[in-house]
Amino acid sequence: MKEIIMSLLTVFGVLIAATTIAAGLIWLERRLLGLWQDRYGPNRVGPFGLLQVLADMIKIFSKEDWIPPFADKPVFIIAPAVIMFTVLMTFAVIPFTRAVHVVDMNIGLLFFLGMSSLGVYSVTLAGWASDSKYSLLGGLRAAAQMLSYEVYMGLSLMGVVMLSGSFNLREIVEAQKGLWFCIPQFLGFAVFLIAGVAETHRLPFDLPEAESELVAGFHSEYSGMKFGMFFVGEYLGITLISAMIATLFFGGWLGPVLPPIIWFLIKMFVFICFFILLRAALPRPRYDQLMSYGWKVLFPLSLLNLVVTGGILLAR
Amino acid sequence: MHENSPVIEELRSRFPGTIGAVQQTADSIPTVWVAAENASEVLRFLKSGIEASYRTLYDLFAVDERFRSDRQGLPESDFTVVYHLLSYGRNDDIRVKVPLKGEYPSLPSITDIWPSANWYEREAWDMFGIAFGGHPHLKRILMPPTWEGHPLRKEHPARATEMGPFRLPGVKEEEEQRALLFRPEEWGLKQGGEDTDYLFLNLGPQHPGTHGLLRIILELDGEEIVNAVLDIGYHHRAAEKMAERQSWHTFIPYTDRIDYLGGVMNNLPYVLAVEKLAGIEVPDKAKVVRVMMAEFFRIASHLVWYGTFAQDVGQLSPVFYMFTDRERVFSIVEAICGGRMHPSWFRIGGVAQDLPKGWDRLVRDFLDYLPPRLAEYDKMVMQNSILKARTRDVGVYTRDEAIEWGITGPGLRACGFEWDFRKRRPYSGYEQFEFDVPTGKRGDCYDRGVVRVEEIRQSLRIIEQCLKQMPEGPYKSQHRLATPPLKERTMHDIETLITHFLNVSWGPVIPPGEVFMGIEATKGNNGYYLISDGGTMSYRTRIRTPSFAHLQMIPLISRGLTVQDLLAIIASVDFVLADVDR
Repeated sequence: MKEIIMSLLTVFGVLIAATTIAAGLIWLERRLLGLWQDRYGPNRVGPFGLLQVLADMIKIFSKEDWIPPFADKPVFIIAPAVIMFTVLMTFAVIPFTRAVHVVDMNIGLLFFLGMSSLGVYSVTLAGWASDSKYSLLGGLRAAAQMLSYEVYMGLSLMGVVMLSGSFNLREIVEAQKGLWFCIPQFLGFAVFLIAGVAETHRLPFDLPEAESELVAGFHSEYSGMKFGMFFVGEYLGITLISAMIATLFFGGWLGPVLPPIIWFLIKMFVFICFFILLRAALPRPRYDQLMSYGWKVLFPLSLLNLVVTGGILLAR
Repeated sequence: MHENSPVIEELRSRFPGTIGAVQQTADSIPTVWVAAENASEVLRFLKSGIEASYRTLYDLFAVDERFRSDRQGLPESDFTVVYHLLSYGRNDDIRVKVPLKGEYPSLPSITDIWPSANWYEREAWDMFGIAFGGHPHLKRILMPPTWEGHPLRKEHPARATEMGPFRLPGVKEEEEQRALLFRPEEWGLKQGGEDTDYLFLNLGPQHPGTHGLLRIILELDGEEIVNAVLDIGYHHRAAEKMAERQSWHTFIPYTDRIDYLGGVMNNLPYVLAVEKLAGIEVPDKAKVVRVMMAEFFRIASHLVWYGTFAQDVGQLSPVFYMFTDRERVFSIVEAICGGRMHPSWFRIGGVAQDLPKGWDRLVRDFLDYLPPRLAEYDKMVMQNSILKARTRDVGVYTRDEAIEWGITGPGLRACGFEWDFRKRRPYSGYEQFEFDVPTGKRGDCYDRGVVRVEEIRQSLRIIEQCLKQMPEGPYKSQHRLATPPLKERTMHDIETLITHFLNVSWGPVIPPGEVFMGIEATKGNNGYYLISDGGTMSYRTRIRTPSFAHLQMIPLISRGLTVQDLLAIIASVDFVLADVDR
């Protein structure tokens, strides 16, 4: 009985923590962008504008949730739920500390890759079901971009798997006790980071949205909480990728003096801020440039990483 | 005095008997009258037959001559179509006027000689009801398709009060709705190719990437642009019609809003044209102050371009920095002129006020402030490799194409053609200033950007020279037509008082005649062609704007590229929709 309650508590704790962090990121991103762009950002609602998130939530919940008459209704409704579902499910396998995790799955890494592949459906179906040309173009771009970046994302992680000899995320972290994988697996880290940005379709890889071209891309037709789910889903995605980077390459909860969970959060937030900085700094490449960059640069690099890591391991 | 202009002599010997009257204008541009049936032949000769030919169709417009009282012995004409050609080889212009008789006259189109005549002829049709035979797509361009009448005809009402109340009965509403339906064939678009159906994407009139109300109909094969059709006119306010109802003086604020990023730069060609017609000599100080303010607005306009250029390519931050800098320009403009975006501060015969105390410190501070910021932007924007990859070799046109299509300004210089009207045809004392004319090489989006960025630096140089060498003296001419006249002496003698009273209440009476003045504005060559009938208002004001010509070329340079490239092209061309539609 006690075990069931404990695991239920962890499940809901992780769920609430993840969504709260993701919602809080909306505020964080706007403040940081403001800071970097010589302006204030939201600073009126509550101390430092912190309650802005709450205000946004109230607004978005009370807005008319409109489904365009020409849309494919069931798919239109399912699409935003898919992204929330897949990302939140993935949080289940992340070890926040040695003890705090929802499931200790021995194929945790594969589960993460599988779920992020499913996430593609959300964006593509949203673009398709909207039956709007801008959404369609956004959805098409999303499908091609995310499917191809998925490939190198998976390949870039195989080096980590080889070094740690496990697909279990907890064991991967523990294998980094001596040396964080970001050093022996630097190439893998670089590829994973870039593929991660593409996976969450953030600038410079935000082609599915590309507001100066496609208005709002795949979610042009969405309003109210359905839009809110895409919105929060995007931030959940950033949180997830940052958490994965911390786990896979920067030793997860490992670190001296401070409690493990604090170490984990620090590492995660550094990468979240990096994601936001990317958005403040970089322009958007063209679609074909993005694809050829992936297949001609990242793909060979991740293969090279795989070969070199394998070679070293064999030689040892 | 232009009787003996060599080009007219040559035309006379080549086309004996067809060259009609030679008109004297205040701008000393050779102006000849040619009958409609011979016009094409003469224009074709001027474009390709003559030495140092007139390769640019600079402007094409019509004049409703039916109510003109002072025609100065010109050939009989109800409507006149004016072709304004420009030769870079000669650094000279020629104007060919074609007289037309009848209520709804027609003449042959010249789109086979200059493809760029397409929009101009459509505009003349839209505004005057003059039909151009053989035109590929003679439809309304600025007015909605259901509009009744042709606005620039003299009998067309100029004010809503003359038109009766607006009503929209059900029948008319349905008709308007029907007119909005999209049928690709009406726009000259095909439904599909050999084995593909095309996707039509309606970009605009409300779209974050079009910088205003512009509709682009894209014919797409995947994301590749097969064809693009531009639908303009959403920003049309009939500035040319308003000019016929405003006194020479009260039209100045309207000019501010033509290129709404250009501020007083827009006043300049207008007041220069009026001054030329009235024979007003502007004092030195006013000239230098005008140059200084015009260059400030060039910087302000280029900064907006810089920021939005980066933003359209996906970079979010630069636009905030550039708008902050632009704010500094505006604080100086505000200190000097009182207004910010539209100060309407130039006057016929000078400027509105003297410079305020302490203006030099403000200008000095800005001159110290901007260069380091520009260096930072170079690293952030122009040297960014993603931005380079997006804009290099995209939207390319050659120098010849640019000349053919009437491209002026930075877009022309980006093709490696060193042509700046401030250097080649100095006005308002530009010949006294030292500055370079930056040029590009490839004529692509990136080079158009490089040219503009460098122009900001050159404008700073000009402003610095203004600061150092600001002459002493009056800020407005003593000429009796300078408006509003100087008030100091009105209380001393009755003659001055009467002139002052009339000039202020009615506005000045500008002597009859015709004049053209073009300047190097922020986006290219902006010119005003004025016809005075000897009244307090202009008889016809033609505003030649650079953006109109630049926009017309966009489909040509975007075919075969992607939607993303189109946005980069739009950003690099730097147009203002108010400048297109007027």
